[in-house]
Amino acid sequence: MSAVMADEHHEEHPKGITRWLFTTNHKDIGTLYLFLALIMFFIGGFMALIIRAELFQPGLQVVEPQFFNSMTTMHALIMIFGVVMPAFTGLANWLIPMMVGATDMALPRMNNWSFWILPFAFTMLISTLLMDGGGPAGGWTLYPPLSLQTGTALPFVIFSIHLMGLSSIMGSINVIATILNMRAPGMTLMKMPLFVWTWLITAYLLIATMPVLAGAVTMLLTDKFFGTSFFNAAGGGDPVLFQHIFWFFGHPEVYVLILPAFGVISQIIPTFARKPLFGYSSMVYATASIAFLSFIVWAHHMFTVGMPLAGEMFFMFTTMLIAVPTGVKVFNWVATMWRGSMTFETPMLFAIGFIMMFTIGGFSGLMMAITPVDFQYHDTYFIVAHFHYVLVPGAIFSIIAAVYYWLPKWTGHMYNEKLGKLHFWLSTIFVNLTFFPMHFIGLAGMPRRIPDYSLQFVEFNQIATIGAFGFGFAQLLFLYIVLQTVRGGQKATDQVWEGAHGLEWTLASPPPYHSFTTPPEVK
Amino acid sequence: MKECKSRILAGLILALSTPLVWAEYELNLRQGVTDISHQVYDLHMMIFWICVIIGAGVFGVMFYAMFKHRKSKGHEAAQFHESTTVELVWTTVPFLILIGMAIPAAKTLIAMEDNSAADMTVKVTGYQWKWQYEYMDGDAKGVNFFSNMSTPRDQIENRAEKGENYLLEVDNPLVLPVGKKVRFLITANDVIHSWWVPDFAVKKDAIPGFINEIWTKIDEPGVYRGKCAELCGKDHGFMPVEVVALEEHKYLDWVAEQKAAGQVAAAEADKEWSKDDLIAKGEGVYNKNCASCHQPTGAGLPGVFPAITGSPIATGKIEDHINMVMNGKVGTAMQAFGAQLGDVDLAAVITYQRNALGNSVGDVATPQQIKTKR
Amino acid sequence: MAHTADSKNYYIPHGSHWPIVGSIGLTTLLVGFSMFLNGVGMGKMLALAGLVITVIMIFGWFGTVIKESEAGTYNNQVDRSFRWGMFWFIFSEVMFFAGFFGALFYARQLSVPWLGGEGIGAATNSVLWSGFENVWPTNGPGEVGGKFEAMPAWGLPAINTAILLSSGVTITWAHWGLKENKRNHLIWGLAATVALGSLFLYFQAIEYVHAYHELNLKLSTGVYGSTFFMLTGFHGMHVTIGAIMLFVMLLRAIKGHFTPKHHFAFEAAAWYWHFVDVVWLGLFIFVYWL
Ligand code: HEA
Ligand code: HEA
Ligand code: HEC
Ligand code: CUA
Ligand SMILES: [Cu+2]
Repeated sequence: MSAVMADEHHEEHPKGITRWLFTTNHKDIGTLYLFLALIMFFIGGFMALIIRAELFQPGLQVVEPQFFNSMTTMHALIMIFGVVMPAFTGLANWLIPMMVGATDMALPRMNNWSFWILPFAFTMLISTLLMDGGGPAGGWTLYPPLSLQTGTALPFVIFSIHLMGLSSIMGSINVIATILNMRAPGMTLMKMPLFVWTWLITAYLLIATMPVLAGAVTMLLTDKFFGTSFFNAAGGGDPVLFQHIFWFFGHPEVYVLILPAFGVISQIIPTFARKPLFGYSSMVYATASIAFLSFIVWAHHMFTVGMPLAGEMFFMFTTMLIAVPTGVKVFNWVATMWRGSMTFETPMLFAIGFIMMFTIGGFSGLMMAITPVDFQYHDTYFIVAHFHYVLVPGAIFSIIAAVYYWLPKWTGHMYNEKLGKLHFWLSTIFVNLTFFPMHFIGLAGMPRRIPDYSLQFVEFNQIATIGAFGFGFAQLLFLYIVLQTVRGGQKATDQVWEGAHGLEWTLASPPPYHSFTTPPEVK
Repeated sequence: MKECKSRILAGLILALSTPLVWAEYELNLRQGVTDISHQVYDLHMMIFWICVIIGAGVFGVMFYAMFKHRKSKGHEAAQFHESTTVELVWTTVPFLILIGMAIPAAKTLIAMEDNSAADMTVKVTGYQWKWQYEYMDGDAKGVNFFSNMSTPRDQIENRAEKGENYLLEVDNPLVLPVGKKVRFLITANDVIHSWWVPDFAVKKDAIPGFINEIWTKIDEPGVYRGKCAELCGKDHGFMPVEVVALEEHKYLDWVAEQKAAGQVAAAEADKEWSKDDLIAKGEGVYNKNCASCHQPTGAGLPGVFPAITGSPIATGKIEDHINMVMNGKVGTAMQAFGAQLGDVDLAAVITYQRNALGNSVGDVATPQQIKTKR
Repeated sequence: MAHTADSKNYYIPHGSHWPIVGSIGLTTLLVGFSMFLNGVGMGKMLALAGLVITVIMIFGWFGTVIKESEAGTYNNQVDRSFRWGMFWFIFSEVMFFAGFFGALFYARQLSVPWLGGEGIGAATNSVLWSGFENVWPTNGPGEVGGKFEAMPAWGLPAINTAILLSSGVTITWAHWGLKENKRNHLIWGLAATVALGSLFLYFQAIEYVHAYHELNLKLSTGVYGSTFFMLTGFHGMHVTIGAIMLFVMLLRAIKGHFTPKHHFAFEAAAWYWHFVDVVWLGLFIFVYWL
């Protein structure tokens, strides 16, 4: 199979800004996504540091309460839609064609559009901070009626979410078409690397849920500006209706943020254990089960809204069930390490950190699934601790691990292993310093989304703030390592890692502009 | 600084010691003072220990492998990669553990949701940013008041030493008798709030237009503090709940006091009020009810809460002004204060807004005027 | 270079400026609309400009694709990718409607009954909304939007159902014509479908005017008006888009595009049309009839 260009005068390596603006190349687009994510990570992290600075001491010091709420809201929207999702899409762009033995993504022009919507969407979102009445301040969950009190910013926020949704849907369609249609001969579904599998399933989650989110925020818009009564009891609606629709999107969304991470970890662990992944097919089935279950657990975010007893029971039981397939994944990773021949390069360190800390986050998730106890946990820092454990040392660590793992392939240069390890240890120590104490203050009764707190929470908040600044500055080291590797360094071999298997390692480092111009034969 | 360090150290040590110690230092869930809260605490500890044990097992195996099966120790990689048996085992065993957790959890949940046979009913309404308590039946029927945070602004803005119950104290706490099953009807006036008292293991969202029911039966007299638990805007962090639980006879004394106070207030309304008296009284009403949004100076927050100083309504026709304050504006944070404040307070605050905060319209809203508008 | 290779199995388009034009267009449109909603005067103009840019983008982008397709650059694999793309795009649209149907079912099965005192709503009804009964259609206990009459199912809506269903037949008929390479048959089938679609939209417009002027049924008529107009409105928007797509197909058919084997664009439009049809059936049953 050979690539055919649209016109005979096509240059292989277009130069300058138009290369990036008009590109249809999966690697260029992947790079764009990854850099966007990196920039947004620093912006979203900067906001987190503002939150943590205000919470360093009781009393109001740094920001006004309204602005504090706005920081919380923006921090979450940026981290989720602007960091983790684009980063995974960037990885998908770079890796899926190489892993299935294709030349490029299936729909390259749409691929370009999926990316180039995002900078506009985020400019729109962030610019609301400068508007009359400030940015959105009702939490990333945008619950009405509070979110309807937003000032000028409201329609801008809603439309920026529409744009992000459009981008994700197009990106996902592309992933599905690529995986289903572009695999090299012999690459059957059950031979695909797990990263490809997890993304295939993630793409389905996105296509099924992003339109629902779009619908939900559209109803917010019409309730505010066109007099509809979806969320207004006087007109026969219900504010809680929004929560149902939102979480029907929102819960699958959190698995969107973790399934590709599972994929990454499932690539890295076998490489450094020098042993094939244990239980490949059960990993695939477990991923699919998680995705399926994710559609029928949404109301565990709303146990306190006053559902009928039967509803509370149903959502408690389905939520608890998710622990089973997730457990299967964890056990399989451990079994892969068991009796391997392990080395601990940076990607492996981050992967092991992921397994440990994600599991801690999963455990607190399971505790929150128990409805009667969640009445106590709900909307406290215990929740904040839970989701940062699955998101920061979970999703973010997996992304960092992926970057270390594939960066030599992408750039052709080895990163600095010493600095990488230092980055791992700093990150791990500080991330726990930040988020572990939040379990305690949460259990002791500190609500989330407050700019000021009572005196019994002081010590642990101070530890968390110190941890957050430490973690944040440790990421500057990451920035340095990545840029250094992009610019030069020791030449990487094609296989890069001794134990690495898979099509992407058969290509040169860095790989040619169009990955597989002759399809590889997969046995 | 030194003290701070040792505190941190102490915290870390505590973090690693047993849950018994945690409970004492408020690092763990509170056991609380109701039967339900004890059940919840036990459930919490049960799941916690199950997770700890599973975690210890999984990480134990993982760390063992990491130390023994490493290349630097010359360990050769085995090549096994499949076993249906173990997959089945580690699917089934967690499943069974989950069932073991689900059964007691379901029992407690069913008990929590049983709102029948209550001895008394209190309606709790959330406002931006205060609570209203209405006793619906029983001895205290008709008692109805608002509960605002009483922590002074100076403490929040670090101009004064913070008190022991910083952000957890209110002017009028909810007063309940011990040993009675109290049913709460929880709702809200503007946005969603959530009424939470950790010691009762009661947290229920207050949703505008709907009523949620929940109950508690307090075992011990005491003061129990909680907070609004659902983001409700700017002052969400400043919306505490304070419940005073009293022995039955003391509770009845309190009820009698409340009823007497109600009659005094009614008598006030018939008095003749001078402009200066109204303005003086209005200042207090304003600072308590309006200043959180419109700011103590009347400057508002641009784009969110309009200024009163120079406001076209507060300096315009007095009818419009009365109308705005009594009926609020639907779809905005401006509440209908007609239902919250008495005639005198309304007249006073309107007069105050028109003649202070940089405004000087000169006219007066009288309690009688307000009465006719109801 | 890659394109010198012998086989023509895989096709990579060259870079394209249309996506970025699309982003600029959409952003302008949405920023303009936001400003309009906030009461800023120039918002309308900006939105209009954005719309124009977006439409130009769509014509430009699809124009390029059509040109390439007619030049025979595409192969079966590209064709399959397009199919997957269209199929999952339609699925995402289905989920968009599912959100609004979910709101409808929630209102009818849960929130309105609760407000009326059923299930867990006893206290809600007796304390807050005493006297309100669970009936459908309703504009809620606050009678938001004032007295209104519901839209009956067995008038225009039933006729519209018949129209859309028969348009489903005509489009299939056109497809047969295309497959048998009977150009006239194809053209008339398409023309009939576009005509039926337009007729549907015309009746829908009449129905809206009737609702607003005679029934006092508006978008702001409580939850019934909200669900009614949002569902039928978004559906009508999709009929419009579908009809435009079919109209373009008609023009292309007249120009002689498509072959009995290669006519994915036609099929995509037809799929879309069927999707719009099926949504209407759901609407007819749950919004108008039951
Ligand atoms: C990556 C994101 C991610 C992931 C993977 C998860 C995973 C899980 N989450 Fe989490 N969650 C969030 C992100 C995530 N969550 C976010 C962002 C919020 C807050 C949103 C907001 O309000 O702003 C939230 C909130 C949240 C709530 C709502 C709490 C509240 O507001 O009151 C609940 C309640 O049930 C919950 C449960 C779970 C469960 C059961 C899992 C499970 O998937 C976890 C499963 C994993 C394990 C259990 C560990 C490994 C398993 C084993 C080793 C097997 C053996 C174990 C046993 C049998 C015990 N989550
Ligand atoms: C993927 C998602 C993600 C990620 C990565 C993070 C990362 C972090 N989050 Fe957050 N967070 C959420 C998702 C995420 N969070 C969500 C969903 C919420 C809920 C929101 C809601 O309630 O609505 C939340 C809420 C939340 C809160 C609760 C706020 C509240 O309830 O009021 C806090 C408080 O500590 C917090 C802290 C942090 C910290 C310290 C980090 C750190 O990991 C960040 C690391 C820091 C950096 C990376 C900074 C780097 C910058 C510099 C070193 C300075 C240089 C500066 C420039 C160049 C500009 N987050
Ligand atoms: C929770 C916030 C909040 C509180 C408390 C509040 N207001 Fe308001 N108020 C608002 C908002 C928001 C508006 C703007 C409404 C609009 O959009 O027109 C407003 C508008 C007004 C206006 C009209 C100003 C103008 O120029 O439009 C007056 C007068 C007013 N309030 C008086 C009061 C009084 C008197 C009190 C206390 C008894 C009070 N408000 C308490 C939020 C509040
Ligand atoms: Cu009221 Cu938060
Ligand atoms: Cu969830």
